[in-house]
Amino acid sequence: VSERRTPLYERHLALGAKLVPFAGWEMPVLYEGIREEHSAVRTHAGMFDVSHMGEVEIEGPEALAFLQRVLSNDVTAVEIGGAQYSCLCNEEGGVLDDLFAYRLGSDRYLIVTNAANHAADLDWLGRWSRDFDVLVRDVADRYAMLAVQGPHARRIVAGTLGIELPARMRLATVRIGGRPAFACGTGYTGEDGVELLIDPEVAAPIWVELLDAGVVPSGLGARDTLRLEVCFPLHGNDLSPDRNPIEAGLGWCCAEETGFVGAEAVARARAEGTAEKLAPFRIEGAGIPRQGNPVLANSEPAGIVTSGSFSPSLEVGIGMAYLRADLAESGTEIEIDVRGKRRAARVGSKPLYEKER
Amino acid sequence: MTLAEATYPEDLLYHPEHDWARLEGDDQAVFGITWYAQDSLGEVVFYDPPEVGATVDKDSSYAEIESVKAVSDVIAPMSGEVVEVNDALVDNPEKANEDPYGDGWLIKVRLTQPSEAEALHDAAEYRKLLENS
Repeated sequence: VSERRTPLYERHLALGAKLVPFAGWEMPVLYEGIREEHSAVRTHAGMFDVSHMGEVEIEGPEALAFLQRVLSNDVTAVEIGGAQYSCLCNEEGGVLDDLFAYRLGSDRYLIVTNAANHAADLDWLGRWSRDFDVLVRDVADRYAMLAVQGPHARRIVAGTLGIELPARMRLATVRIGGRPAFACGTGYTGEDGVELLIDPEVAAPIWVELLDAGVVPSGLGARDTLRLEVCFPLHGNDLSPDRNPIEAGLGWCCAEETGFVGAEAVARARAEGTAEKLAPFRIEGAGIPRQGNPVLANSEPAGIVTSGSFSPSLEVGIGMAYLRADLAESGTEIEIDVRGKRRAARVGSKPLYEKER
Repeated sequence: MTLAEATYPEDLLYHPEHDWARLEGDDQAVFGITWYAQDSLGEVVFYDPPEVGATVDKDSSYAEIESVKAVSDVIAPMSGEVVEVNDALVDNPEKANEDPYGDGWLIKVRLTQPSEAEALHDAAEYRKLLENS
């Protein structure tokens, strides 16, 4: 099966990117190097092609009621032009996907899905939409998506594209490359910045324009280290249909009183507590934890690493693991079994990396 | 910074798993990873060396070297006993990218089977092997 390519594929080749298969797409994992790209986002501005992510438009008189039914957060809190993070849960409270919902109009929303879950999300949304006067439309082909992130990202994007950008967690309808587009004050790096949903036909010239303005092309490798340092969970690693939002530390985006699909299970998990909790940790000395490494406490099995990497900012191995709930406290000493070698680690608090003020 | 151009010095012997050996005298050799190996791996951030005195076996892993995203076993091109490890590389693992044949060396070994050298490739053969892979 051949992988899909984004409208920026030729641009990635031109930059000498290392391309890898990811969720059915051929995506750049790095251009010059993960550390350089990571550091560019922390200190200046980096740009990611995230056109593999899916977009779904929800429109109709009952759009709000429908989303309130399927999304974990309280969607009534989102004003027009607002953005909100949610989980999409199954009836057992398992996390099918995590996503941002943007309110485009009084009865029109856009949600951005993870590439690997897009098709399944569409099926799920389609199924639940039957009870509502609403249209669920796959609009993934209408958008290329660029995430421009870093302390200088907004200034460069606003200046280069001549547009006014929305505040954090807001969305603005703008024109980019002469076409209608959305600029969103969201991201996945822990830095300020924007995500741009643009017409695929103008993606390449806009990409080049922003590169010429000094943003650093950055790949999925840096995107992963950046999000892990600030403990944003990744679906497929840290989130899955077998885990509920409470054990994943996402109780803050669940409003069980709205009666969303899975709310009862989530309420139960919140009330009763969960056997395990997702916790961030850092290695105390040598060693780099990786997904799947067992966790030990007092030499007893204590959990499993769901994301692990070298942290370019902290220059040490870091990760997130599902740990026995009593161990998931900041400061707890644990060990990570990294391919047979036990590496001393300590549970931390979110985020693991915080910018000095 | 990485060494941008693929280079394979003539004075080294190469193992198909992208490791090199530099013979020193009759029974010693220095081991490291090739330009191709470090380029595929990306920025090296961690080197876990064997202990001095450890035995290394031809074609078997003797150390691990990791980039941000990946772990790679390092394969011994020849058999022997570790007499020295590059401790400086533990502190500055990026040397494996910057200078894979110099400061990026991994271990020095007292060879138990010096004749194993005959099975290794010279630079031209190794280059050909890369072209055909």
